[in-house]
Amino acid sequence: MIRASEVSWRYGANPVIDGVSVTARPGRVLGLIGPNGSGKTTLLRLLYGALRSPTGQVTVDGDELSALPSREAARRLAVVVQEAGGETALTVAELVLLGRGPHLSTFQRTSRADHEIAARCLARVGAAHLGGRAFAQLSGGERQRVLIARALAQQATHLLLDEPTNHLDIRYQHEVLHLVRTLGTCSVVVLHDLNLAARYCDDLVLLGSGGVAAAGTTDEVLDATVLEPVYGIGIQRLDLDDGIHLLFHPIDHTAKQRSAA
Amino acid sequence: MTAIALCKGGPDLLGVAAQRRRTGFWLLALTVGLIVTGVVAVGSGAVGIPPLTVARIIGHHLVGVPGDVTWTPPQEAIVWQVRLPRVLLGMLVGAGLAVCGVALQAMVRNVLADPYLLGINSGASSGAAAAILFGAGAGFGQYALSTSAFLGALAASLLVFLIARSGGRVTSIRLLLSGVAVGYALYATTSFLIFASGSAEGARSVMFWLLGSLGLARWDALLAVAAIVLIGMIGYLTVVGRRLDVLAIGDETAQTLGVSPDRFRLRLLVLVSLSVGVLVSAAGSIGFVGLVVPHLARRVVGAAHVRVVPVAALLGAILLIWADVLARVLLAPQEIPIGIITSLLGAPFLLILIRRLHATGA
Repeated sequence: MIRASEVSWRYGANPVIDGVSVTARPGRVLGLIGPNGSGKTTLLRLLYGALRSPTGQVTVDGDELSALPSREAARRLAVVVQEAGGETALTVAELVLLGRGPHLSTFQRTSRADHEIAARCLARVGAAHLGGRAFAQLSGGERQRVLIARALAQQATHLLLDEPTNHLDIRYQHEVLHLVRTLGTCSVVVLHDLNLAARYCDDLVLLGSGGVAAAGTTDEVLDATVLEPVYGIGIQRLDLDDGIHLLFHPIDHTAKQRSAA
Repeated sequence: MTAIALCKGGPDLLGVAAQRRRTGFWLLALTVGLIVTGVVAVGSGAVGIPPLTVARIIGHHLVGVPGDVTWTPPQEAIVWQVRLPRVLLGMLVGAGLAVCGVALQAMVRNVLADPYLLGINSGASSGAAAAILFGAGAGFGQYALSTSAFLGALAASLLVFLIARSGGRVTSIRLLLSGVAVGYALYATTSFLIFASGSAEGARSVMFWLLGSLGLARWDALLAVAAIVLIGMIGYLTVVGRRLDVLAIGDETAQTLGVSPDRFRLRLLVLVSLSVGVLVSAAGSIGFVGLVVPHLARRVVGAAHVRVVPVAALLGAILLIWADVLARVLLAPQEIPIGIITSLLGAPFLLILIRRLHATGA
């Protein structure tokens, strides 16, 4: 469980996150949603300690994150960041094996067990055939899957992903999130696509202008009256057999004004 | 051995065992190459000595191999007193420059970084110029020049560190910028010292020193210090290979994989400064080795630092010794500064590298 209470972050004089509290509960997938610039990525970075909030605190399974040694933190939190590392000359296999680093002492080499874990993680994201390739030569989607495989190889108790569906075609968007869902680890995912959030997240935190606009179960947050003011777009919700689906349409302000007049 | 054990255990997952075998092969081949290079290099120069005689003289001194003395006393003096320390210093400097280049390229995430990027050599040059032209550090006797150069290097790295530090962190871009700025300032200082001294002969000595030379090598404390520092550095960088891998990818990645990027970069900065300070004090600024050799090593064994560091060390040692042989032989009995040779060999390689980078669009 990751619990952030009253955390804040500002870039220069602009508070992006201001006194926000969120909880990622065990075995559940928490989605962070919100418009561009609402601070989703900033909040995620606060949750894994890349940013240290000047206020409040972040705890992982009850222990304060900033007090954990970095290797211990890496055994608890596996992160897939946007920083692509696209210029590295490492092969895919080497890159995924780096995920085993937090479990190895400085003098230890990767063992056969580590290689098996890495190979299995690559297979899980459908990238087993890429093992010997240079990471820098992969397509955006392949890279994303490899980075997820590395996070899986960390075998951490929590998984945090910053827009993991970026660069992925529609099939892999669903495959990756389906995978996250079936892992059963406590996960936090920054998502742009609300329909993906609807299908794969248990809980949602909706961010808007510095704070939490809404938080709760996916069913509670994905409500047209909650979403419309934050996103500034017309939303129609359909509850079908396989879950919630959202349809979007521009709000015609001029038409509204005319009818008001 | 481990590689074979892995194969017995089942299929070679991810090609790791094959990779380890290949690295083992290269390490063995390069070690043999280094020994052969050493023996041949000791034998070549104004007075040629056959390799077998060289090997016998060295063996005689090292383990006291009994047997007939088939060589002349002058041959023995040339091999043991003059050329062997010189070749050993060449090995240390070449290997040291190469691994410091590897470390810096990972630290600042730039494939064009080299050990002189941080302005440390400019500091050493200023110190050396002060010693040659104005007799600075005369109290250190035979070590006046190298001590003065080392103090200059130390001052330069402190300056770079103080400027690059911001809020307790040293980021790669700040490190790059402050290194370049300090480098230029100290380069100007060296030029001013030469100008102010008004001694043509002194200016020539400084110039010779700036271009690098192994001519100062003796069996002395300097060689011992260089050996301890540089061998220690190679060992350390090999051990932290995995951490160098993640640092080279990015700070955020490093952090999420359990490596504190700020602390690690700081430690590397201190160790690299120390190593570069020592090797510049011992042999002047020899260019291009630290830039070019890491790339050669990566071509041979891939990008993982646990393999790149030892291979780069061996390659750097071999290359520098051959450059020194050329420097001694080309215009014999006159000696060309070794920096001229390494730059002449390195520049075309750099051009090829740039073309290749450009072609792949990376």
